[in-house]
Amino acid sequence: MNDALLRTLVPQVIGVLVRRGTDFATAEDAVQEALLEAHRTWSERPPDDPKGWLVTVAQRRAVDIVRAESSRRRREETAALEPPQGPTEHGDDTLLLLFLCCHPSLTPASAVALTLRAVGGLTTHEIAEAFLVPEATMAQRISRAKRTLAGHGLTAPGDLAVVLRVLYLVFNQGYAGRVDLAAEAIRLTRLLVLESDEPEVAGLLALMLLHHARRDARRDAFGRIVTLDEQDRALWRTDEIAEGVRVLTAALAKERPGEYQVQAAIAALHDDAPTAEETDWVQILAWYDDLLALTGNPIVALSRAVDLPHRDGPLAGLKALDGLDAALGEHHRLDAVRAHLQERAGQREEALASYLRAARRTTSTAERNHLTKRAARLRSA
Amino acid sequence: MPKYLILKHYRGGPDQVDIDVPFDQWTPEEVDAHMAFQHDIARVLQENGEFVDAQALTRDGAWVRYGGPDAAPVVTDGPFAEAKEVVAGWFMIDVESQERAYEVAAWVSSAPGKDGKPIHEWLQVRQVMEDRAEES
Repeated sequence: MNDALLRTLVPQVIGVLVRRGTDFATAEDAVQEALLEAHRTWSERPPDDPKGWLVTVAQRRAVDIVRAESSRRRREETAALEPPQGPTEHGDDTLLLLFLCCHPSLTPASAVALTLRAVGGLTTHEIAEAFLVPEATMAQRISRAKRTLAGHGLTAPGDLAVVLRVLYLVFNQGYAGRVDLAAEAIRLTRLLVLESDEPEVAGLLALMLLHHARRDARRDAFGRIVTLDEQDRALWRTDEIAEGVRVLTAALAKERPGEYQVQAAIAALHDDAPTAEETDWVQILAWYDDLLALTGNPIVALSRAVDLPHRDGPLAGLKALDGLDAALGEHHRLDAVRAHLQERAGQREEALASYLRAARRTTSTAERNHLTKRAARLRSA
Repeated sequence: MPKYLILKHYRGGPDQVDIDVPFDQWTPEEVDAHMAFQHDIARVLQENGEFVDAQALTRDGAWVRYGGPDAAPVVTDGPFAEAKEVVAGWFMIDVESQERAYEVAAWVSSAPGKDGKPIHEWLQVRQVMEDRAEES
């Protein structure tokens, strides 16, 4: 059975049911049940028409669900949950579903979970595993999200910025459990790019591709962090870099820059350098200036400070950290960056203290181990 | 979303004492009410999609360490008067923010005790680390 095909069909089948008059929450549950049924039976008895099969089974389940509910609930309550009928044309159901699942009224975690199930076609079990929570908890998170959306149909255009943020959250969840969420985020963003000519959508896809290209180099065989300057660039995926650059170039040509495009441009310059020494720092820093002007985000200022010594000398980065304390407070990345810059500037004792402080503050075990080892390396140098 | 461990103690917290009136001086109904409250918390967390785990630990345990090559593990039985705190159990939750974790902890601390009054026990809130790292 082709899992990728099956997952592409999930949002389409939800769309069919909703257009026939089933409310979104019921349609989504029904399709999830049909999906589980498909996982159970398709490997032995693959249907000739997978979509037709899913529609038939899901429709039957939807009838069962509504029947079971109406014996519990009064009729008018059910009627109140029915969304208005959508337009009759098909095609972009997947996209409308994506906007619905990333509705601004949902918390980010709810939007992520619902998107992965209704648009991504993952099972509750797979999503729960990816986020390391019990399946029952994830099921509740999804059904609460759907209750929040009761009454919203597939018609209202959503907030594109929220959709992009949710997709980026999924991407950054990375590889967990049996599902590669980064690859899933790329797949969903591709669908969005097909339907939207907003350059930030392409910018996000480019950013994901250009980072995903380095995934095999970012950790060693023991799961330890390998920093960009020490990565084996032969492990970078040239096909993803080429596609990322192509998508980015087309987006930038529209001359409506945004933060995803600019971040992608920075990633592209890193990906383009045959060695760390050959990185075009002048261009990267120019993009960082743009990004800082666009966002005013102190984390961006921090990333810029890391690269500043390459252009302006060892002390320039440290100087750029002045004033970030107020904005970033106890954030471990401030200490981590300060440690790195102090080490570069030859301030060994200060760097050691900063590494240890960062190691204490980070919430990532991989980062803690990395920072602790940096401190140990300094001590024994 | 970050995960937090909310640790309950038999003894511990900033004032290093047991709750005002220990469990063994409660009426059976008071014990039932307290336990029902714990179950309600777990159920609501579950319905919120925030529940990860809840466990209780026995009061006494042993301290164990490596005894050296070809030697048995070194085991010392409790209880230990000098031990500053004794973990009683935990809730693990997956929530949007630290603020929400504190809210849940305060709720756990409001569980009814003697005469149905909130026990005001101290809960320790610790964030669970994850393997995921920032993109480099």
